[in-house]
Amino acid sequence: MTPRARAVGVAAALAVALVLPLFVSNFRLFQFTQVGVYAIALLGLNVLTGYNGQISLGHGAFYALGAYTTAIMIDRWDVPYPLTIIAAGVLCLVAGFLFGIPALRLEGLYLALATFALALAIPQILKYFEHWTGGSQGIVLSKPNAPWGLKLSPDQWLYFVTLGVLVALFVLARNLLAGRTGRAIVAIRDNPIAAQAMGVNTALYKSLTFGVSAAYTGVAGGLSALVIAFVAPDAFNVFLSITLLVGIVIGGLASISGALFGALFIQFVPNWAQDISKAAPWAIYGVFLILFMYVMPRGIAGALRLALARAGRRGTGTRA
Amino acid sequence: MEIFFQQVVSGLATGGIYGSVALALVMIYQATDVVNYAQGEMAMFSTYIAWTLINAGVPYWWAFFGTLVISFVGGVLLERVIIRPVESAPILTIVIVCIGLLVILNSVAGWIYSYIQKPFPSPFPPKPIMLGTVVFGAHDLGAIGVTLVVLALLYAFFRFTTLGLAMRAAAQNPVSSRLCGIRVGWMLAIGWGLAAMVGAVAGMMVAPIVFLDPNMMAGILIYAFASATLGGFTSPGGAVVGGLIVGVIENLVGTYVHFIGTELKLTVALALILIVLVFKPSGLFGRATIHRV
Repeated sequence: MTPRARAVGVAAALAVALVLPLFVSNFRLFQFTQVGVYAIALLGLNVLTGYNGQISLGHGAFYALGAYTTAIMIDRWDVPYPLTIIAAGVLCLVAGFLFGIPALRLEGLYLALATFALALAIPQILKYFEHWTGGSQGIVLSKPNAPWGLKLSPDQWLYFVTLGVLVALFVLARNLLAGRTGRAIVAIRDNPIAAQAMGVNTALYKSLTFGVSAAYTGVAGGLSALVIAFVAPDAFNVFLSITLLVGIVIGGLASISGALFGALFIQFVPNWAQDISKAAPWAIYGVFLILFMYVMPRGIAGALRLALARAGRRGTGTRA
Repeated sequence: MEIFFQQVVSGLATGGIYGSVALALVMIYQATDVVNYAQGEMAMFSTYIAWTLINAGVPYWWAFFGTLVISFVGGVLLERVIIRPVESAPILTIVIVCIGLLVILNSVAGWIYSYIQKPFPSPFPPKPIMLGTVVFGAHDLGAIGVTLVVLALLYAFFRFTTLGLAMRAAAQNPVSSRLCGIRVGWMLAIGWGLAAMVGAVAGMMVAPIVFLDPNMMAGILIYAFASATLGGFTSPGGAVVGGLIVGVIENLVGTYVHFIGTELKLTVALALILIVLVFKPSGLFGRATIHRV
C-alpha cells in the first residue's frame, strides 16, 4: 500500500468515526464504543501474537484485571476515572511483564496452554476475593457525565473518550513497531536465535512485549468497565480470551488496521448470526469463522493488502 | 485414612476420564501437529449418536461399536472437508477453524437434541465393589479399564502395524514420507478418524457420570488439556497418567486444603500445570523437541 493511500484511508476512517454519533442511535453508538474498546485490546494482543509470535489464549485475564482495577478504584476510593484507566494500564504492564518472565521458557503450543490456564482461573479467583470484587454480584458503576458543560449524553461522551484513547494508542503502537524496537520484536518472531546473535536482548524484549501487550488490553478492560458500567466475574470467562484471539486472526495478524477489522467482526457478527437463525446462532457464527478463514487465510487486513497490491500492479501495468 | 483412600479412588475414576480425552488430544497432536480444540465437542456428538442408536433399540455393545465406526468415518470426513483447505495455512488459522468447528458442533447438537440433560446407560453393573471399607464404583473401574485397553490397542497399532508406522513417519517428516510413497494427506485424515474414535469412547464412558448434554465436555476438555500438558503432549501413555494424577490431586486438594475447598479446585489444577510447564516444559513424560538451527 502506498503511503498516500494509507493516509487517505486513515483520514477517511477518522472522519467517519467523528461524525458517527450524529447519525446513529444511542444503542448503536454503545456498540461502536465497544468496537473501539475491543480494537485496543486486539491491538495489544496483536503486538504480542502477531508481531512477536507469542500465542496468548489468556488475554481475557488482563482485560479482567484492567476492568476490576478501574471498577474498584472508582467504587471504593472515588478516584477520578481518567486516573483509573491509567492505573489499569500500569498495573497490567507490570503484571504482563512478570507473567512474561516464566513465559520465556515456553513456546508455541505450551505458551498457548499456559495462558489458557490463566484465562480459565480468572472467574474463580475473582469470585474468591469477594471482599474486593463483590463476588458473583460484581460491581455496579455509574457512567461519567461529559465535562466542561458539553452537550453530550454519557454514552456519546464515552464514545469520544474511547475514540481518543484508541487513536493515541494506535499512534503509539505504530511508532513503537515502525522503529528499532519494532524490528527487534519482529526479528525475535522470525528467528529468535539469529536475533540474539545480532545482539537483540531476546529475554528482555519478549517480557517487555508481553508487558506492553497486557497494558493495552488492561486499558481496554478499564474502558469496558466504564462503558458497560458493570463488572462481574462471568463476563471474563475463557470465551473472552478466545474471542480476542479470533479477533486478531480474522482481522489480520501483524497488522495495525487488522485490530479494527477484527473488533468489528467480534462485535457485530454474533449479532448477525442471531438475526439469521434464532435456533442455532452459534452454528452460523462457526460457519462464518470457517468461511472467513477459507477466503482470507491471512485475515481481512491481509486480504485488503493483497487486493490493493493487485490493483496497484494493474494500474502501473496499463501505464507502462 | 479411609477418607484418604476413598478420595484417591474417586480421583482415579475422574482422572481416568480426563486421561481418555487427553489421549484423544495427544493422538491428533502427534498425527497432525494440531491441537484440536473441537475434540471435546466431537466426543459429545459421537455420544449423541450412540444415544440415538440405543434409544432406537440397538443393544449396548452393538451401539458402542457402531458409534466407533460412525465416529471414525466422521473424523476422516471432517479432516477431508473442513481442515484440508487450510492445511498449509498459518497454525493460528487452523486453530480458528477448529474453534469454528467447536461452536458448530455444540450448537447443532443443542438444536437437534435440545439442551436438556439425558441419562446415558452404563455397560457395567450398578453394584459398587467393596475392598475393605473403600468403595469402588463398577462403572469407574470399567471406565479406567476401557481407557487402558484403548491405550494398549493404540500402542500396538502404532508400534506393530505398517499403517501405524506410516502415520508416524508422515507426522515426523512429511516430505520424505511422501517420497517413500506414503499418502501423507490420508494419514492425517486417518489420524483424525482415530482421534474421533478415542473421543467417542471417552464420551460414552463420561456420559453415564455427568449425564448427556451439549456442554458436558467443556469442563472435561479443560482438565484433559491439563492432563496432556502434565504428561507431555508427545506421550500417549503420559496423557493417561497425567489424567490420573490431575484427578487425584484435584480431589485431595479439594478435601484437605480448606481455604481452597471446592471453589478454587480448578485454579489449583491450573497452577500445577503452570509450575510443571516452567520447570519441565515438555511435560513429565514428553520428549523435548530439538530444533536444528
